[in-house]
Amino acid sequence: MYFILLITVLITAIVLVAAAYVIAKLIGPRSYNRVKGEPFECGIPTHGSSWIPVHVGYYLFAILFLMFDVETVFLYPWAVVVKEFGAMALASIGFFLLVLVFGLAYAWRKGALEWK
Amino acid sequence: MFDFSLITTWFDSLLRDTLGLGDFLSILIECVLVGVIILAAYAIIAIVLIFMERKVCAYFQCRLGPMRVGFWGLLQVPADVLKMLIKEIFFVDKADKLLYMIAPFLVLIGSVGAFAFLPWNKGAAVLDFNVGIFLLTAISSIGVVGVFLAGWSSNNKYSLVSAMRGAVQMISYEMSLCLCLISAVVLTGTMQLSGIVEAQGDAFGWLIFKGHIPAIIALVVFLIAGNAEANRGPFDLPEAESELTAGYHTEYSGMGFGYFYLAEYLNLFIIAGVAATVFLGGWMPLHIGVAQVDTVLDYIPGFFWFCGKTFLLVWILLWIKWTYPRLRIDQILKLEWKYLMPLALLNLVLMTVVAALGLHF
Repeated sequence: MYFILLITVLITAIVLVAAAYVIAKLIGPRSYNRVKGEPFECGIPTHGSSWIPVHVGYYLFAILFLMFDVETVFLYPWAVVVKEFGAMALASIGFFLLVLVFGLAYAWRKGALEWK
Repeated sequence: MFDFSLITTWFDSLLRDTLGLGDFLSILIECVLVGVIILAAYAIIAIVLIFMERKVCAYFQCRLGPMRVGFWGLLQVPADVLKMLIKEIFFVDKADKLLYMIAPFLVLIGSVGAFAFLPWNKGAAVLDFNVGIFLLTAISSIGVVGVFLAGWSSNNKYSLVSAMRGAVQMISYEMSLCLCLISAVVLTGTMQLSGIVEAQGDAFGWLIFKGHIPAIIALVVFLIAGNAEANRGPFDLPEAESELTAGYHTEYSGMGFGYFYLAEYLNLFIIAGVAATVFLGGWMPLHIGVAQVDTVLDYIPGFFWFCGKTFLLVWILLWIKWTYPRLRIDQILKLEWKYLMPLALLNLVLMTVVAALGLHF
């Protein structure tokens, strides 16, 4: 039953956006000229292509994110059972976290967390 | 305590038994009804929040805010929505048209999907999975893709910078967000949102009282990270209007822009709602262990408890937004990676020790 509801919610979101597009198409004004098709940016005409290389720092943080996000995914099921398993769960996750903290410390030491 | 599932089971039996509709038809009717209710709630909450933001920011700055349209400016926001709805939707010539179209859909899927998880009352949550919190964070992070695609496909250098900033900021802060939720899961032992609320029912049972120090740290970190996740307050770098025009939604017109705007406010509400559910007991009234007082407090419907707590947190977030100046991108990343995330990790260990040794109330 819940999967039907999940699909309902997703369809609701899609319908919400699609409906607005359709309504705007039906009752909105329509006109076109060359200037209207240009990107606004900051108000003056743009130079060259806009798909330019960007700062590599963003990519570095995305890589770090991958590592730690997978960590949090593993932590969720552990968090549910930690009270039942007690010391055993604590010891095993302690080792897991130690490796990850070591990874973070390494990235920190290497200067991956600095914005250059 | 009023149980909302009485109404839903009654309606289900009405369709199946009294009217004699088949499985397929009754499920179809219920799903359509659920969709309509979600849409109505989403629109109402968005309008209330936008109005609240305008009035609150006006009073913080000793202004009056919208006053002309309707009594005390009450019709200003509906008028704005109506205006946006009848605007033309047009495209930038060189934009990547497909991605440009898809972006608002993704942002709305993330936002509406997360919105459906909020438990408004006992039995009044649309989605109540046993992996609730996990799925909630998973679905709400679809919005990052939408923001990134919107900025990338616009063929606009400012939007591209904004998309990069938005993506790196939202994915970074997602981690301390998750770690704070995990520390709450450690104490309650369940990921189901209704289960988490039920677990906070005893005297002073709200997680923030039950888990004392680690829970308070988790709530504060959660609110800071949530503010950054919703691109608001001092963390509104992706749409820094003084440097990037309007950021990733510069090139959107009409309701295309309107949905980014609505989703931003709804994300604020979702952050506050999840914080209220997980740390402040959601629809659970405050029980103080004296039977008479508890009974009286139980008479206040859970809906009001939930909305009261959520709007209190929304108000605190607005207060933060209108108090602090905007940070730089390196400051934002430094705050997350060097302070908030190690703090959240340490806090998780602390919470585990508290939970394992039974040091909580």
